[in-house]
Amino acid sequence: MKTVKSPFHFKGGVHPDYNKELARDKAIEKLPLPAELVVSMSQHLGAPAKCLVKVGDFVKRGQLIGEKNGFISVCVRAPADGKVKAIEKRLGPAGGKADAVILDTTAPAPEGVAAVEPLPPLDWKTASREDLLKRVEEAGICGMGGAGFPTSVKLNPPPGKRCEYLVLNGAECEPYLTADFRVMLERADRIRLGVEIMRKILGGPAVRIAVEANKPEAIAALEKAFADIEGNVEIVVLPVLYPQGSEKHQIYATVGRVVPEPPALPIDVGCVVENVGTVAAIADAVEKGEPLLERVTTVSGDAVVEPKNILAPSGTKYSDLVAFCGGEKEPPAKVISGGTMMGFAVSTLEIGTTKTTSGLLLLSRRKVFQYASGACINCGRCLRACPMGLNPALISKAVDANDIKAAEDAHVMDCIECGACSFGCPAYRTITQSCRRAKNSIRARIAAEKAKAQAAAAK
Amino acid sequence: MKPKDTAEHYILSSSPHAHANASVSRIMLDVIIALLPTTAMGIYFFGMPAVWTIAVCVSTCIVTEALCRMAMKRDNTIGDLSAVLTGLLLALNLPAGIPLWMAVVGSIFAIAIAKQVFGGLGMNPFNPALAARAFMLISFTGPMTTWLKPFWWKTPEAATTATPLAVMKTWFVAEATASASPHGLYNAACKGVPSLCDMLVGNMPGCIGEVSAIALAIGAIYLLWRKVITWHIPFAFIATVFVYSLIAGGAPAMMQVLTGGVMIGACFMATDYVTSPITAKGKLVFGFGCGLLCMLIRQFGSYPEGCSFAILIMNAVCPLINRWTQPKPFGAK
Repeated sequence: MKTVKSPFHFKGGVHPDYNKELARDKAIEKLPLPAELVVSMSQHLGAPAKCLVKVGDFVKRGQLIGEKNGFISVCVRAPADGKVKAIEKRLGPAGGKADAVILDTTAPAPEGVAAVEPLPPLDWKTASREDLLKRVEEAGICGMGGAGFPTSVKLNPPPGKRCEYLVLNGAECEPYLTADFRVMLERADRIRLGVEIMRKILGGPAVRIAVEANKPEAIAALEKAFADIEGNVEIVVLPVLYPQGSEKHQIYATVGRVVPEPPALPIDVGCVVENVGTVAAIADAVEKGEPLLERVTTVSGDAVVEPKNILAPSGTKYSDLVAFCGGEKEPPAKVISGGTMMGFAVSTLEIGTTKTTSGLLLLSRRKVFQYASGACINCGRCLRACPMGLNPALISKAVDANDIKAAEDAHVMDCIECGACSFGCPAYRTITQSCRRAKNSIRARIAAEKAKAQAAAAK
Repeated sequence: MKPKDTAEHYILSSSPHAHANASVSRIMLDVIIALLPTTAMGIYFFGMPAVWTIAVCVSTCIVTEALCRMAMKRDNTIGDLSAVLTGLLLALNLPAGIPLWMAVVGSIFAIAIAKQVFGGLGMNPFNPALAARAFMLISFTGPMTTWLKPFWWKTPEAATTATPLAVMKTWFVAEATASASPHGLYNAACKGVPSLCDMLVGNMPGCIGEVSAIALAIGAIYLLWRKVITWHIPFAFIATVFVYSLIAGGAPAMMQVLTGGVMIGACFMATDYVTSPITAKGKLVFGFGCGLLCMLIRQFGSYPEGCSFAILIMNAVCPLINRWTQPKPFGAK
């Protein structure tokens, strides 16, 4: 095991104000069980889980309440004992509505309800690869960095593809967020165990642990935990630069490989990237039989009384998190689920957390910029900031002119929506937003064409 | 569109929710700041006529911009300072003694014709100040090529003179025809040109803002430091002029760089965002084209100076250069 500086530097990137000092020194605190949980069936990327319970049912902690529904999907387990109060469409952080199970955790357990057997602990050294993989799937683990990709799918490369490098994403380049930092600091031993389990599942790849240079305490904790690990393991210290935590850029920074354009995936260049929190969750799932029921969420921003890193069950309402932090210092002007660069502004605090809720930010008016977009002056700042090497100015002008074809020709589908272009635009143009619009409209067109082709084939 | 702003609702917007606080007006202000040294030098050498020309150009540009926006029923945009900058740049590219009404006409042309009819800032295909200068050079050829001597008030009987460029132009011709040794020719002709030191400081006839190479260089360094411009266009432009004159002969290469509009053109006119390519590669091509055309006009054209025409022609080619030099996405084949 050794610690190295990242030898590869991607082009582009920006330096937003990190504001991590608000919560970085706050040790992880466990939230007392909230009275009500809003457990979404769509906490991950892919098809929502199929709800297995009905109103009035009493569920036990760890009980399967949502079944994996397709290849790219993840099951959902009850984060706590409670009675199903309602099953209804609830607003998610991204603005869409999804089925959610509303749990009343104060309801007394009825007589005669058999406790659900928790998943049995596994000895990872003797368990087979298939058993371990099955456990990851049963535990409902998805990528906890933000996208929520099903981890069991990622850990099971398609035939013919081999994982040569397992990259652990501890960059946490989003402003304000310190959840991953605290996990690395306080749970480094769990991360180490998770790495050993994942190495076994993936057939012994080399391991690269990527951490941004502004987290020396986390690097020290990892160095200690990994000191006597065998095999090819390196901690790679990355320069502080947004979006260092992007999957593609992390692969480049750690192993110097470039993931080709979509639909290529990291596994096409022999890499699997997992967030450090996910790795710790895998360790718990295998060693303790503990499914992914809770996670660390950073609650921060200048409008919250005491920023904290909170270990809370999935489905905790944002209002409960804020109350645990002492409430609002002043009425927030903007509430963001996630970080300031890629997070979602939400309209209410009555939203439940998910497996991917890394942060909740309450920002006062002073921290919220309001803009009037002007004409592009062709200054090229977006082009120099774009980590994907695109020409965002061209794309945004094309979208303004409703010329989606031109945006597509300018490789808008490569856009990772990191926000670096909009961040630096002196004309306050909504460039990232334009890219998103173009991507959605291209995806819709492709889906329509596919449906049409299928209909034609069916005739 | 300003987001809805009420006490009961959180502001909703798509990410990112952070901004670097850059602004168009700050960029324009930076360019104006960078032009202050050369403005001061111009006023030092050419006196009150320079002050009046600058004042008239800047104020006419501001008024014209406001009137145009009003006529077009668009938001007033004088706050972005681009009109102030256009006025200042135009004034710095005029001879100090120009009749002020001509400066007014030129300023109106710059804002109304070269900029606002295309839709305003960001839409103009040509650099407004240079387009106006070209328009004035054709319309008012005499006054536009009558140059005050530095400190002209000390020699009121002979206040005007030719620029060094007009003298240097003859060298290309002389070299091609005369059998005299280049060295002797150079010595003979040197009477018409200032010393290298004078050229650096700006003690020579010329446009208000183009004479002082040192002041322009200070401004350019400020812009590079503020990351308003990149090195590509100034470097490619100046290097091309230098190498061309080494190869083509005529006046010494340093002289070609330091006289006329090369310095102000390379650092302040060709680097105009709107009318120059967006990629680094494109900027190098653009700068090379400007330098080459400038020297071709100086050697073969009918004007002694070709800098503004060179940049205007390259402005026209800019969309094509942009098309050729699109960046390659990360991960693309």
